[in-house]
Amino acid sequence: MTRIRFQQNLDELKENLLVMAGLAEQSIQRAIEAYRVRDLSICDLVSRSEIAINRLERDIDQAALDLLAMEQPMAIDLRFILSVIKINADLERVGDAAKSISDRVRSMDQMAVVDLPVDIPRMASLAADMVRKSLQAFIEADADMARTVLTMDDAVDAMNRAAYKSLTKVMEEQSHLAPQALNALMISRSLERVADHATNIAEDVIFWVQGADVRHHKSLKTAPDPQPQG
Amino acid sequence: MGVGIEVTNLNAWYGANHTLQDINLNIPANHATALIGPSGCGKSTFVRCLNRMHETNPIARVTGTVRIGDLDIYKDAKPVEIRRRVGMVFQRPNPFPTMSIFDNVAAGLKLNGYNNRHALAEIVERSLKNSALWDEVKDDLKKKSGASLSGGQQQRLCIARALAVDPEVLLMDEPASALDPVSTSKIEDLIFQLKSQYTIVIVTHNMQQAARVAEKTGFFLNGRMVEFDSTHKIFTNPSDKRTEDYITGRFG
Repeated sequence: MTRIRFQQNLDELKENLLVMAGLAEQSIQRAIEAYRVRDLSICDLVSRSEIAINRLERDIDQAALDLLAMEQPMAIDLRFILSVIKINADLERVGDAAKSISDRVRSMDQMAVVDLPVDIPRMASLAADMVRKSLQAFIEADADMARTVLTMDDAVDAMNRAAYKSLTKVMEEQSHLAPQALNALMISRSLERVADHATNIAEDVIFWVQGADVRHHKSLKTAPDPQPQG
Repeated sequence: MGVGIEVTNLNAWYGANHTLQDINLNIPANHATALIGPSGCGKSTFVRCLNRMHETNPIARVTGTVRIGDLDIYKDAKPVEIRRRVGMVFQRPNPFPTMSIFDNVAAGLKLNGYNNRHALAEIVERSLKNSALWDEVKDDLKKKSGASLSGGQQQRLCIARALAVDPEVLLMDEPASALDPVSTSKIEDLIFQLKSQYTIVIVTHNMQQAARVAEKTGFFLNGRMVEFDSTHKIFTNPSDKRTEDYITGRFG
């Protein structure tokens, strides 16, 4: 019982997830490029990719569900399929974030380009790097590489907080720039979410490869145990 | 109540074939422990060492210690006494075909010289209730033979027969492998209920079954116990690569 067909199905599932990953990664890069050069034709590409991503999300979930029901996987195979389902959802959200950024770019089309106190390209580059690394860790089943992604999230969070502070100040003090500042703030928030999804993907890779649940590590360490109610 | 089983340096042979090698483990009382592994790995031999059935084969030999509760079974007791304390249920249900349902359950007690008819009736009823068969056979206890029951009912009859002598440990060697899914789930529900009163050791090829009924699982391979841990750990993240390869179907 070497379960050749099952192994082939697992390989196929992984390949489909990598197609999804490729689309999601490309989407976020395109959305950032659209912001950088203010090009609406790139926004159209992001919208089209989102449709493809949504379709793939359903296909991958269905294939994973079939394998759970038909093959009753165990141990590393079970962890792999659970991770695929979760990574699939995160990639779909990355696609949503890309679409959200491109929507902001569209709404900024008629606005003057102004210099705002936020480094969106740098933040975007860091978030995209996290996505790339988390997916590379998935491709190579490399938990150590996945752990490096977890350490990058704090930097993106800090950048988002700084962006919030500086952009709300712009809105307060230079109200004529409020629309641009608001759009930039929303893009910053989307990028912060992209980084969170990359973190989730990295955590899922660690769970798949090592069976270790590293989610909410910091918050659970300091939180008291919940008290029973009543 | 069930008692714990402590196995130390257990070795077993069939002739020159060293079928069990240096097995050490503690089976907890009042829990179900599953033993898994490919055919010929030694898991059935292992359970047969727990009630001294292994030595019934003239070419078989055992060394090491098995303690069931306070009893060192290879030192302090005769095989007959041990088999009263350690009941066994086999893969194929084996009721006495010519005996009535009642007599099948009472057989072990009668063999031990138990003749009080009123008490026998009580024990038979209790045993059949404990094996979840009472409601299906209570009107035919003395009318029908054990062989007239369905396969799943026969297996529960054999469980009732094993329970009638009030054992502390129940060994089950693939008890559901010859049964349909409905009968299998009845046996599994039964195992779940019985472990509050007995220590259960179940050999199974069905890993989902092991995962469903047992708190502890041991993986045997080539006569050795590769890994013994909580069932949750074994089936989600086993420590040994060989365990993982087996349960994920990469060999076996």
